[in-house]
Amino acid sequence: MAETLTHIGQTEPRPAGWQGIAADWSSDQRAFKNVSWGKAMMWIFLLSDTFIFGCFLLSYMTARISTRVPWPNPSEVFALRIGGSDIPLILIAIMTFVLISSSGTMAMAVNFGYRRDRRKTAILMLLTAALGATFVGMQAFEWTKLITEGVRPWGNPWGAAQFGSSFFMITGFHGTHVTIGVIFLIIVARKVWRGDFDTGRRGFFTSRTGRYENVEIMGLYWHFVDLVWVFIFAFFYLW
Amino acid sequence: MAEVTANGLGQHALDAVRAHEAPATGIAHAEVHQEHPIKLYLVVWAWLFILSTCSYLVDYFGLHGYLRWSLILIFMILKAGLIVAVFMHMAWERLALAYAIILPPILVLVFVTMMVFEADYTLFTRLAFFGAGP
Repeated sequence: MAETLTHIGQTEPRPAGWQGIAADWSSDQRAFKNVSWGKAMMWIFLLSDTFIFGCFLLSYMTARISTRVPWPNPSEVFALRIGGSDIPLILIAIMTFVLISSSGTMAMAVNFGYRRDRRKTAILMLLTAALGATFVGMQAFEWTKLITEGVRPWGNPWGAAQFGSSFFMITGFHGTHVTIGVIFLIIVARKVWRGDFDTGRRGFFTSRTGRYENVEIMGLYWHFVDLVWVFIFAFFYLW
Repeated sequence: MAEVTANGLGQHALDAVRAHEAPATGIAHAEVHQEHPIKLYLVVWAWLFILSTCSYLVDYFGLHGYLRWSLILIFMILKAGLIVAVFMHMAWERLALAYAIILPPILVLVFVTMMVFEADYTLFTRLAFFGAGP
């Protein structure tokens, strides 16, 4: 199980379970024993981001419950006409599968990163970025379609006016996260490809040397983007 | 099991070497399993596809009411759990980190409850003063 370095450099086993929580948090020491500061800070950032998306979904819920005008049916609003018949929600379903696939390739990239397989790691990260860019492209298509159909933050042809503001706010913020993720995926993939984590080359912004753990930290962010989509898909599109 | 997720100290590479020796030295099953971690990711990936398909079918078949809502929530929680536990490696982290990250978002449910009451009251006043929708 997890071990920690004592001040004289020896390793000693840590207690598990509830005793482990008390022991890890107590007596003036670092709480996250076998997690680097980079990973811990990414987790704490993701926690704060959870609250942001949580508040968006909460305000959407409040608006939807409190309106006396019927809420537009997402199943019909997001239907696409393919081959002469309307298929409900099909674009959103495809977007979901694209994002899940990108999460899968990211998980594999992390795995190959720890095996020091630079080529496979970089290719899988670029594949992840490509799938993410595809997702954003489909979202742009969805926005264009809805805007041409007359959806605005202050109203739409089908029902409650809050539908537009909730939609643009939630999906827009999520799409921004995906876009930022794609940019950083490309940056980290370039570092991996060039072998920065093997040669100890310093980053252009932080002037610090990186480790293959950076790939996992990048992966945490990417999986979080997928995670948020799971909740948006359930509450906004399916509910 | 904690070794699977690599603690950033090159532990994983060591484990990979050890795992290859496993059949000869007879190391316990948990460590041998680390030789095929890719398979674990592929299995989770497949499950995420299945669960997503299921939640899409809920809408495709037009299920209604409590059946629809409970199915949506079940599939959502299963998917979120798989992503956090396996893809984000939370299952192998120490509880101190897992509880610090996972408990606070659950407390948002208190906020949800408050806003449900608030929204119900807003709807009540709107209906009382403006009548039913246009």
